Amino acid sequence: MTSIKVKLKESDVQQLREVAKSFGNKPGELINVLHKAQEIFGYLPAEVQEVVAEELQVSVAKVYGVVTFYSFFTMLPKGRYPISICTGTACYVRGAEKVLEEFKRILKVPVGETTPDGKFSITCLRCVGACGLAPVVMVGDKTYGRVTTDGVKDILKEYEED
Amino acid sequence: MELIKLTIDNRPVEVEKGTTIFHAAKKLGIEIPTLCYMNLGDLNIEHKPGGCRVCVVEVEGRRNLAPSCATECTGDMVVHTHSMRVLNARKTVLELILSDHPFDCLICAKSGHCDLQNMAIKMGVRSIPFQGEKSTYKPDFSPAIIREMDKCIMCRRCETMCNDFQTVGVLSGINRGFEAVVAPAFERDLDHSECTYCGQCVAVCPTGALTEVDHTNQVVRALADPTKTVVVQTAPAVRAALGEEFGMEPGTLVTGKMVSALRRLGFDYVFDTDFAADLTIMEEGTELLDRLTRHLGGDKEVKLPMLTSCCPGWVNFFEYHFPDMLDIPSTARSPQQMFGSIAKTYFADKIKVDRKDMVVVSVMPCVAKKYECTREEFQVDGNPDVDFSISTRELAALIKSSNLSLNDLPDEDFDKPMGESTGAGVIFGTTGGVIEAAARTAYEIHTGKTLEKVDFEQLRGLEGIRSASIDFNGVDIHIGIAHGLGNARKLLEEIKAGKSHYHAIEIMACPSGCIGGGGQPLHHGNPDVLKARQKAIYQEDAGKPIRKSHENPYIKTLYEEFLGKPMSEKAHHLLHTHYFAKKDKKVLLD
Repeated sequence: MTSIKVKLKESDVQQLREVAKSFGNKPGELINVLHKAQEIFGYLPAEVQEVVAEELQVSVAKVYGVVTFYSFFTMLPKGRYPISICTGTACYVRGAEKVLEEFKRILKVPVGETTPDGKFSITCLRCVGACGLAPVVMVGDKTYGRVTTDGVKDILKEYEED
Repeated sequence: MELIKLTIDNRPVEVEKGTTIFHAAKKLGIEIPTLCYMNLGDLNIEHKPGGCRVCVVEVEGRRNLAPSCATECTGDMVVHTHSMRVLNARKTVLELILSDHPFDCLICAKSGHCDLQNMAIKMGVRSIPFQGEKSTYKPDFSPAIIREMDKCIMCRRCETMCNDFQTVGVLSGINRGFEAVVAPAFERDLDHSECTYCGQCVAVCPTGALTEVDHTNQVVRALADPTKTVVVQTAPAVRAALGEEFGMEPGTLVTGKMVSALRRLGFDYVFDTDFAADLTIMEEGTELLDRLTRHLGGDKEVKLPMLTSCCPGWVNFFEYHFPDMLDIPSTARSPQQMFGSIAKTYFADKIKVDRKDMVVVSVMPCVAKKYECTREEFQVDGNPDVDFSISTRELAALIKSSNLSLNDLPDEDFDKPMGESTGAGVIFGTTGGVIEAAARTAYEIHTGKTLEKVDFEQLRGLEGIRSASIDFNGVDIHIGIAHGLGNARKLLEEIKAGKSHYHAIEIMACPSGCIGGGGQPLHHGNPDVLKARQKAIYQEDAGKPIRKSHENPYIKTLYEEFLGKPMSEKAHHLLHTHYFAKKDKKVLLD
């Protein structure tokens, strides 16, 4: 899992250390610091977890334990355009699963992973509070409603230029 | 202290406020079964995650069943530990655990000593009604410990030992739900973690998920090879625990029977690590006196306190966690390695055997010793000083498989010269023993006086951190003792902060020292077993005609014929070592 070493930007690491300091470097603030760390780096590779462990005086194993326990935390980098498919009840009954399958088929990556070019990543989420638009898909901050399997390639086309 | 009255299984009982139902029941002689709860009494290790749910009991007026290990008694509570509802729930819980467990009991290393197996027997489980997915993990083989996490039941005892007691921080519960398992960070192999191989995770694992690497086959092969001269050494703590594997009471000394078993197994020379422990005292004691004399003479460069270095788990610990303090521990090798080094030089020469044709086997209460003998600095041209290290448990298995009944064997004596030892060598097996042995010798050499009483009672006990001062002819020598790496860490932090007033510190990685080692017969969380073993060690010491290392006649001869004097160039080459910073970054713990 950690065979590829990630080189962290020194300024980001510094920012993370500041964050830890703002939480008093307390072991009890582990989850809060991890939240901020994921904001800074976009994800939580081993190298980031090691910095967090060092700053909060907890073992790396424990940090890893927390990261793997909560589904919010991810050790995989998100794509430049993170795609989130809502699989909450309303979206699910209106065909979210088929939409999800279509994204997976076209992008050739499973849920939770990123395309090799780093452009798209696929995740599932539970209810964005727009059930009237079900099924809902989000790409970054942009929301798409009443998505059909045929509509998937149109959504992806919007990001083709990049 | 507030007292609480309650009823358990229709019997009244009075307990102190804060007592759990589990302990209140114990007071009545009711043993509520559990797979995760662990309490090592005096050693201050209590683990009650309430996770296995096997200990559930029915409390009248309470809607759901209560985990007795984590539920405190309240006034007028009425508890049932074996009602129909409890028995059904307990059995279901057990069946669910078993439904995700491999059924390879016949060939499992823990078979016969497995808490889960014993529980299934006790509960009379005859079928598993639940069929479903089973966990599959790649087994993890390190030089000392094997992890087969398919067999993990998530009791998380190992995690408590690794994190809270040892502060090593290698193991943690990861993932959730069905995927949950205990693993090192990023699911690395133990070999690629900061594991010290202390083996305390193995010592408390209720199933076969954590076991030691088995070297008995290699030993059998060496014994069967007519071209090999096979020499065995037995660590002091082994004789105080081996009997337990043969149904004897904890604390039964089986030194003589063990020697005769080893001879019958076919070892050419049955020697004693205690001999090497005496040798360690000569080297380590001299080093301590040297540092002390220089310190008292005003030398500011000298490093004090000096820390003992017999324990390979401890050596790993400071190499990983205190890489900037490598000059503090004594440079003396551990008794196991001193033995190997002398056996393959001095003794091999004596019996005219090439070191390549000699196999040195050690029997240790330890799993870290397996790793220690693979360290490169303890090899000569790729030939290790100690070829194989087997645990007390492995020796018991070897004896059983060779149709020997330990109980019926006669008492025999170790071979000479490397089987002769003093009482000082024996007490290396318990916390406080190494420093007491060192004190006996250092005192006499430093003061030129004979000790009237060789027992330093002030150094004995089971407290995690102990301290005492010994009057060396008007100079008070301050001694610290720690067992358990978490306690060791506290003393090291003191040294680092410049607050340590000790001259010498003894450290052993395992609770109560080697008698509680990771390779010993399983104590199943019973602290009385450890106490009994400690008593046995001091009993063996008291019964020895010679009780001071420097009076061992064979040690004297070794110096006369071969080494010259303690800390001589030859002694440095053969009996001392150096340490490595295993990681420049400190791994920190809460």
